[in-house]
Amino acid sequence: MSLSKMPLVDANHAPDASSCTLDSQRTLYPYVTGTSVVAFKYKDGILMAADMGGSYGSTLRYKTVERVKPIGKHSLLGASGEISDFQEILRYLDELILYDNMWDDGNSLGPKEVHNYLTRVMYNRRNKFNPLWNSLVLGGVKNGQKYLGMVSMIGVNFEDNHVATGFGNHLARPILRDEWNENMSFEDGVKLLEKCMRVLLYRDRSAVNKLQIAKITEEGATIYPPYSLKTFWGLEAYKNPTAGAEGSW
Amino acid sequence: MFRNQYDTDVTTWSPAGRLFQVEYAMEAVKQGSAAIGLRSRTHVVLACVNKANNELSSHQKKIFKVDDHIGVAIAGLTADGRVLSRYMRSECVNHAFTYESPLPVGRLVVQLADKAQVCTQRSWKRPYGVGLLVAGLDESGAHLYYNCPSGNYFEYQAFAIGSRSQAAKTYLERRFENFMDSSRDDLVKDALIAIRETLQGETLKSNICTVAVVGVGEPFHILDQKTVQQLIDAFEIVGEEEPPAAEAEDTADQETAAGEGAPAEEGAAPMDI
Repeated sequence: MSLSKMPLVDANHAPDASSCTLDSQRTLYPYVTGTSVVAFKYKDGILMAADMGGSYGSTLRYKTVERVKPIGKHSLLGASGEISDFQEILRYLDELILYDNMWDDGNSLGPKEVHNYLTRVMYNRRNKFNPLWNSLVLGGVKNGQKYLGMVSMIGVNFEDNHVATGFGNHLARPILRDEWNENMSFEDGVKLLEKCMRVLLYRDRSAVNKLQIAKITEEGATIYPPYSLKTFWGLEAYKNPTAGAEGSW
Repeated sequence: MFRNQYDTDVTTWSPAGRLFQVEYAMEAVKQGSAAIGLRSRTHVVLACVNKANNELSSHQKKIFKVDDHIGVAIAGLTADGRVLSRYMRSECVNHAFTYESPLPVGRLVVQLADKAQVCTQRSWKRPYGVGLLVAGLDESGAHLYYNCPSGNYFEYQAFAIGSRSQAAKTYLERRFENFMDSSRDDLVKDALIAIRETLQGETLKSNICTVAVVGVGEPFHILDQKTVQQLIDAFEIVGEEEPPAAEAEDTADQETAAGEGAPAEEGAAPMDI
């Protein structure tokens, strides 16, 4: 090495492997992901649905991932995106709800409070260039007031009467815009959810045919056992997908 | 001069199980000019007596807005009161930032009491020399709390602190059973009368008192002087005649002279109050 280059490297602070890599581990891309969550208000509260697939890249690797969870007494959280980040968020929320309960003073965090808390967490993490790789849907009922909102991985947040993450935003929301109304019964709501989930199942390659529906009302959250939708793949067009689209080999 | 072996340090117990420094801090609350508070199901009213230290100075502010739903009235060291109300403001604003909702009054009061308690257990600190009446409205309704230097806090229907507050307490004790269903205006009226009780032969005028209200559909605010004067005139609240007021002063002096600080009627250790 020529002497002229020596001053560039301080012998006491020679760059070593650890200082370069160890302090900058962050989520650069997600590993195991869940796909769409669909949710909307109905007569008694909020309905939410998500399938149970966990994709490792494009491999459908896990089939029983619960992506809808109750938070405290009044809220329901659904997540798409990185599953491990969602589990971390659930740990944050468990602690939040625990400390809230420890006051034991009759006050409790409602869906609005939890939604805003999540907004702060997500935006704060993106400001550290270390985002939690999720789209979150938060629904709930408190004091007769229905609440439904979304938070993105960079902290964008809003409330709406019906929301959907990921592909659902493209495929389910148009259906909801046409067919949703605030005073739907539970049965009509489930039918509408299934319609959305069926479209997603057909057109979203990461969707799996095992889904959970959840509701939250003034009485609390209920997450129903997973089940499958009836599908029909026997259409002529499915039989020989490459017919009429001949490739070069 | 009277010397006490056990009062040079906050953290030193007397053999009788007392912390004299803490009791002295409680005494500072009694020296301050009076502040009272009372509440109904929907409203809380705070009121205080404004006293200038000096002919040439104006009086110090004794009622502070903490947030839209919380306010405090203080008696004792105003400087300590300001520090504590700044702390309360910051707690409220931080809660609003994180949760977009108002901090429940009871929780703020517990945090405040914990802060005061720490000062009674550290050799390098001194207790706050201020009593706070915390008025607030939250999901569970209207609340009135009293926080004292010992780190204790209590919820009240109505309460009075500061010099000659016993007279106001007596008045409030006679009337408090009706407060729950009182209208806002009746609360203000009772607040003004209670304040008048603490005056020593002086006429109640808007320039020597401050009144603040918080309630359903009404964010915490201090009534302006003109409004207060109109209320005083409307209710025809005038100064008491000399004799009863002079009596009240005598009893207050005796209590201070006794130095024990225990209200005669309860006989409890001062820290309990």
